[in-house]
Amino acid sequence: MIAIVMLALLGFALGLALGVASKRFKVESDPLVEEVSALLPGTNCGQCGFAGCPTAAEKLVKGEASVDFCPPGGKALAEALAEKLGVDFDASGMADGPPKLARINEALCIGCVKCFRECPTDAIVGAPKQIHAVMWNACTGCGKCVDVCPTMCLEMFVPETGLAQWRWPKPVESVAKAA
Amino acid sequence: MKLFRFRGGVHPAEQKTTRQLPIRPLPLPTRLYLPLQMHIGAPAVPVVGVGDQVLKGQLLARAPSAVSAPVHASTSGVIEAIDEFTAPHPSGLPVRTIVLRSDGEDRWSESVVPIDPFRLSPTEIAQRVGEAGIVGMGGAAFPAAVKLQLGDRNRIHTLIINGGECEPYLTCDDRLMQERPEAVIDGVRLMLRALQCQRALIAVEANKPEAQQALRRACKELSEVQVIEVPSRYPMGSEKQMIQTVTGLEVPAGKLAAEIGVMVHNVATSYAVYQALRHGRPLISRIVTVSGGALREPTNLEVPLGTLVEELIKHCGGFKETPARQLLGGPMMGTALPHQQVPIVKGSNGVLALSAAETGLAPHAQPCIRCGRCAQACPIGLLPMELASRARHGKLDAALDLGLLDCIGCGSCSYTCPAAIPLTQYFNFAKGELARQREEQQKGERTRALAQARQLRLEREAEAKRLAAAKRKAEREAKKRAEAAAQQEKV
Amino acid sequence: MNNAGPLASPHTRQSSSVSAIMLQVWLALLPASLFGVWLYGWPALNLLLITTAAALAAEALGQRLAGRPIMPSLKDGSALLTGWILAMTLPPWAPWWVAVIGALFAIIIGKQVFGGLGQNLFNPAMLARVALLIAFPLELTTWVAPQPLFSANAPGFIDSLHITFVGVAPLVGGVDAISGATVLDGIKTELARGAELGVVLPDYYRAGDAMLGQMGGSLGETSALLLLLGGLYLIWRGHITWQIPAALLGTVALLATGFHLYDPLRFAHAGVHLLSGGLMLAAFFIATDPVGSPASRRGQLIFAAGIGALVYIIRTWGGFPEGVAFAVLLMNAATPLIDHYVRPRVYGRDPHGKPLDYQRGRFARRLKKQQGGE
Repeated sequence: MIAIVMLALLGFALGLALGVASKRFKVESDPLVEEVSALLPGTNCGQCGFAGCPTAAEKLVKGEASVDFCPPGGKALAEALAEKLGVDFDASGMADGPPKLARINEALCIGCVKCFRECPTDAIVGAPKQIHAVMWNACTGCGKCVDVCPTMCLEMFVPETGLAQWRWPKPVESVAKAA
Repeated sequence: MKLFRFRGGVHPAEQKTTRQLPIRPLPLPTRLYLPLQMHIGAPAVPVVGVGDQVLKGQLLARAPSAVSAPVHASTSGVIEAIDEFTAPHPSGLPVRTIVLRSDGEDRWSESVVPIDPFRLSPTEIAQRVGEAGIVGMGGAAFPAAVKLQLGDRNRIHTLIINGGECEPYLTCDDRLMQERPEAVIDGVRLMLRALQCQRALIAVEANKPEAQQALRRACKELSEVQVIEVPSRYPMGSEKQMIQTVTGLEVPAGKLAAEIGVMVHNVATSYAVYQALRHGRPLISRIVTVSGGALREPTNLEVPLGTLVEELIKHCGGFKETPARQLLGGPMMGTALPHQQVPIVKGSNGVLALSAAETGLAPHAQPCIRCGRCAQACPIGLLPMELASRARHGKLDAALDLGLLDCIGCGSCSYTCPAAIPLTQYFNFAKGELARQREEQQKGERTRALAQARQLRLEREAEAKRLAAAKRKAEREAKKRAEAAAQQEKV
Repeated sequence: MNNAGPLASPHTRQSSSVSAIMLQVWLALLPASLFGVWLYGWPALNLLLITTAAALAAEALGQRLAGRPIMPSLKDGSALLTGWILAMTLPPWAPWWVAVIGALFAIIIGKQVFGGLGQNLFNPAMLARVALLIAFPLELTTWVAPQPLFSANAPGFIDSLHITFVGVAPLVGGVDAISGATVLDGIKTELARGAELGVVLPDYYRAGDAMLGQMGGSLGETSALLLLLGGLYLIWRGHITWQIPAALLGTVALLATGFHLYDPLRFAHAGVHLLSGGLMLAAFFIATDPVGSPASRRGQLIFAAGIGALVYIIRTWGGFPEGVAFAVLLMNAATPLIDHYVRPRVYGRDPHGKPLDYQRGRFARRLKKQQGGE
C-alpha cells in the first residue's frame, strides 16, 4: 500500500516538474532551424523548389523535406544533415551525381551580364559587352545562369575525372553463387 | 648493432629468381612516352613543343612548384606529340604525356659537371638533385630534393639507405648493390653532405648476402657509412618499419620521419644522386626487374624512362602462358596494368606477369570468421577486419577512430586472409571516400563564403546606390533652392 | 583479363581458406572423438553422425530462408564443425531427438539468425548445449559408464540403433547399470551430502583414468590427453593462439590450487578441475572459436581468464556441476566490450591513440641514444 502511494506521489511530483519546466524554459524559435540553415550552401539557388535556403531549413526541421533535397550540396550535405537531424539516411544509395560546372560558349556570348548578375557565388566574371568566363573553383553547379542566358551560350558539363579526383571504388560484393 | 623488431609482417614466397642475373641494357625503343607526372606533387610543365629536336638528358618539362619534379629526354629525337596517354596508375586514366620519337643516335646534351661535388654546399647538392628530376625510386616517387632540404630544419642523426627490397620477385636493387656498389656508396656520401648528417646505415635484407658483401667492400674505408643486415620480412622496405627495425624509433602519427631525425632513401635513389652529381646526368633510366611465372625469360633490364611495358616483355621472350595479372611493381603493393601500352616511370621497379597459380587469388570473398590473422599480420597494429567492416558499411568516423589513416596499405592483411576479403581495397575505398567528403565539405564552406561575400557586395552596392541617389536628390534640391533664392532676389 | 574495375593490391595470397582451417580443427578433434566412440560404443557414433547431419541440414535451410547461397556455406565446414563439437559435449547415449533439436538450435538460433558465419555473438554449440540442458535436464545428465566397443557389456550395432532411436531402458538391466556419474557430478553431490572430499574423491577420480578419459562423461570431453594433443597441434599450425588455452587453464588451475590450499576438504585440487568436465575441449576448441573471441592477444587473455574464473565459480558454488557452456556464453557477450577497450597499440601512437611525443619514456631514451650516434 505504502509502495503504491509512494509511486503515485513520485509520478505526480515528476509530472509537475516536467510541466513547470516546459512552461518555464520554453524556447521561442527553434535553434535547430538556424543550425541547419548554417549547413546549407546559402546561395538561395532555388534548385530544391523552396524559396531560398532558410525556408528549406524550416521545411527540413519540420520533416517536410528529405535530407537529400539539395542538389548542389550533394551527398556530403545529405550526410551532414542526416547526422544533425538524427535521421536514418543511407547515403550510399544516393546517386553520387557528378558535380557539374557551367561553361560559356565564347562564340555565342554577347556580354549581357545577365548571368553575371544571377550567379549566387559571383563565379562569373566579365563586364558589359565583354565575353564572360566562369571561374570553376567558385562555381557550385546550380545552373541558374543557364536559365537566364538569352543566347543559350551557357551549358552545364560534367568535368572529366583526372588522377587527382579518382577514387578507389568499393569492392564488388559478389555473392558467391552455388558453384 | 642492435636491431628492433616491428610487429606483424608476413613471409611471402621470395621468388627472387633473377637475383643472379646481371643487369642488361634494353635496346633503345623507337618511341618513349614520358608522363608529365611521374612523381608525387604538381605535374611538370612542358618547355618544348611538338616537332622540337631534343638531345638526351635535355629538359622537357620543368617543375612548376617546390613539390614536383622535372622531366628530361631519355634519348635524343623529336617531340612527336604532347597528349593524353594511359598512366601507370590503377585507374588506367590518361595523363598528359610527352611522346618522344628516338632518332637512334642517343646523343647527350651538354651539361655542366662539377669537378668535385663535395665542394658544393648542402643546398646546392639538394638543388642539383631536384634539377635532375630525382624522386624516391622505391615506388613512392616523392621528390628527393624536398626530403634532402629537410636537413636544414631538422637535425638528421641517421640517414637510412633502404636496401630492403622486401617485395617478392624484385631484384633490381639487389643487382644494383651487387654490380655498382661504389656508385651507390658515393651517392650515399653526397646525400650525407646534403643533409649535414654524420651517419648512414645501409640496411639490406638477410636474403641478399652478395649485395651486403659488395657494399661492405666498397665502404670499408668509410667510418660514416655502415652496412647492416636486417631480417627478411615483408614489409621491411616500408619506411616506417625500416626506421623501427634499425633505430627502434617510431615515426609519430601524422609526422615526418625527419622530425625524429631520421631520413630514409632508396639505394636506387642514391645511385641516381651519384649519376646526377658526378656525371651531370638527370634521371632518365632505371633498372627494372622483369619477372613472373608467366614470362619466358625473367631478367633485370636497364630501361630508358618512358619505354612501354610491351617492349620489356617482348625483349624477355614474351609469355609462356597467359598471365593472370600483369603488374608494375611488386605483387604486394604494385599496380595492376590494364594493358601493356603503359610506360615505365621513375618509380617502376618491376614488371611482373604472374600466372594464376602464383596469384592464388580466389574469385569470391567468403564471410569473415574473425580468425585474427589480419590483425596478427598488420605491421601497424590495426584490426583490419574491424576496419574493413566499418568501411564496408560506410562508417567512416568509426574507421578513422580505428586508425584508417595509420594504414600504410602494405597488403599484409589481404595476403593472409583465408576468406580472401579484399581488405586493402576496402581501406583504399574508405580513404578515398574520406578525401572526397573533405573536399565536398571544403567546397560547401567555400560556396557559403562566396554567397555571403556576394550578399555583402549587393548590400554595399545598394547602399552606394541609395547614397548616390540621396546625394543627387540633395544636389537637385539645393539647386532648386538656389534658383528659387535667385528668383526671389530678382524679384 | 578481368575487367571488373581496377584491381587492388596485393596481387598474391597465402594459400589458405576458411574450409582448410575448419578441416584442420576437425582433424585435431578426431582423436578425442574416435576415442569417445570407442569408449561408449555405437550409440556415440550414431549421435555424432546425427548431430552433424542435422547441423548441415539446418545450415542449408537457414541459408535458403535467408536467400543466401547454400553450397559455399556448406562447403566452408563451419556447420559441420558446430554439429561435431555439439555432439562431443552431449551425453554419449543421448537420444536422436536431442541431437536434432540441439543442432537445429545451434545453427538456426545460434548462427543463422545473426546473419550466418562470422556474425554470431555466441558460440552456437554452447548456446545449444545450454538450451538443451535447460529444456531436457534428464537426458542431458544421464551418463553412461565406459563400455568400450566389442567389450562384453557393450551394445551391438543393432542395439545401438535401439538406444538412439527408441530408448535405453528395455535393453539393459536397470538404469544403474548404465549410469556412471561424472567426476564433477559426484563431487557436487557428495559435498552437498556433507561428505569430506578427501574421503569420497578416490571413488570418482583417478588421475590416470581422467588423463586418458576412462570415465563417464560427455562423448568427446573425457580424454584430456587427446584433446590436449589436438590443441597443441592447432597451436603449432597457427590455427589458434596459445593465449586462450593458457589463460583459461591457468586461471582455473590457479583458483583451484589457491582454494585447495585454503581448505583441502572442501575444494578439489587443480588436477580434478583440469582433467574433468568440458574444460580441455573448451580451452582448445570452443573458447578459441575466433567468431566469439576478442581480436587482440591481450583481449584474448582477459576473455579466457574470465571464462576460467567463471567455470571455477560455477563448478564450486553454482547450481550446476559443470559451467563451461555458461562461462563461454557470458564471456562471448563481453567480447565486443573487450574489443572496444583492448586494442593493440598502433605504430607511432601511444596506448591512448595520441601521436607519440618524444619527451619522455623509452622512445625518448632511444632517440637520445640515436642522436648520440651510438
